[in-house]
Amino acid sequence: MSEIHTVGVVGAGVMGTGLAQALAQSGHRVLLVDRTEEILEGAERKIREGLRFGRLLGAKGPREDRDTVLKRITFTTAYEGFEEADFVIENITEDWGLKQGVYRRLDAVCPPRTVFAANTSVIPITRIGAATSRPDRVLGMHFMNPVPMKPTVEMIRGHHTSAGTVDTARTLLAQLGKEGILVEDSPGFVTNRVLMLTVNEAVYLVHEGVAGAEEVDRIFKTCFGHTMGPLETADLIGLDTILQSVEGLYAAFSDSKYRPCPLLVRMVDAGLLGRKSGQGFYSYATTLA
Amino acid sequence: MTTADHKPQILAFLAQFFGEHRLAEDEDIFATGFVNSLFVMQLVLFVEGEFGITVEDEDLEIGNFNTVLALDALVTRKRAVGAADRSA
Repeated sequence: MSEIHTVGVVGAGVMGTGLAQALAQSGHRVLLVDRTEEILEGAERKIREGLRFGRLLGAKGPREDRDTVLKRITFTTAYEGFEEADFVIENITEDWGLKQGVYRRLDAVCPPRTVFAANTSVIPITRIGAATSRPDRVLGMHFMNPVPMKPTVEMIRGHHTSAGTVDTARTLLAQLGKEGILVEDSPGFVTNRVLMLTVNEAVYLVHEGVAGAEEVDRIFKTCFGHTMGPLETADLIGLDTILQSVEGLYAAFSDSKYRPCPLLVRMVDAGLLGRKSGQGFYSYATTLA
Repeated sequence: MTTADHKPQILAFLAQFFGEHRLAEDEDIFATGFVNSLFVMQLVLFVEGEFGITVEDEDLEIGNFNTVLALDALVTRKRAVGAADRSA
């Protein structure tokens, strides 16, 4: 499989911006698309911040000029340049109606050779493949947050995903300095089937007054050696995404063990979405109270 | 120029995230389990805003941010540079 040069990134949220940064830092030409100029301006700020703090968060290798890296990214609301995309990674919200529309559009603007990777939390890859005319060239690539820091990606093979498509995805990951772990298609895959239940159960503990968020997270960090506790992780992912994922699992398995905790629902209703909104289970203040 | 003590402001900021825990000046902030490594971004933005300094790329090393003493030393150093620049 030849080198991958141009990568389309659909959705400039938490994952899309992290991905665009990691791809640009590894020398790829990146096409970052979202709905509004305002979202894209916010994404550019986030990427600048990510590049600035990278070393502090453990990034290795030579420091590259931030403007040079940013120049590799085209910010677009109109899928500009996607006719040259070798690979596309979709990171939009976990809404099946919206995703279908995006895949129809991608199918129309990208050449037949382009591979589509869904960076979804719980939506089955086989269903996404069926929304395109190229189900053999669709797979799941579940990147972890923050993308530039995480060495491993969960790769998901849909029912029709070809071996060549998996190879192409592995090539891209190698170019990013990452590795993939391949699993079969199932709602939530391996990661989110376990993680979302864990987070939801941790929210129940806070909801029931068994422990505060700090206690829950410190137990995971200091007793189990986890880098982050489940509620800090929830804040990082975004509580809206957590809720959508838990609801997605509930719908997919029709199993009451995936019922979302009422506190999680209330926090999302209140706009307490975690790191991205400045407040979740924790405060993300940068000033004195 | 006198060397101001920035530690009370730094400790007051950190207290927001440490519950009942009384953080010692030489205690590794990131080893306590109260915050994770991503908290360092909040710390950088706090010292820049609170003390009117600019943290340059070469200062973005974890050793400058992992204890109250290290943070105080960083602020003192950056303020001295800023004062020297202004008087030059």
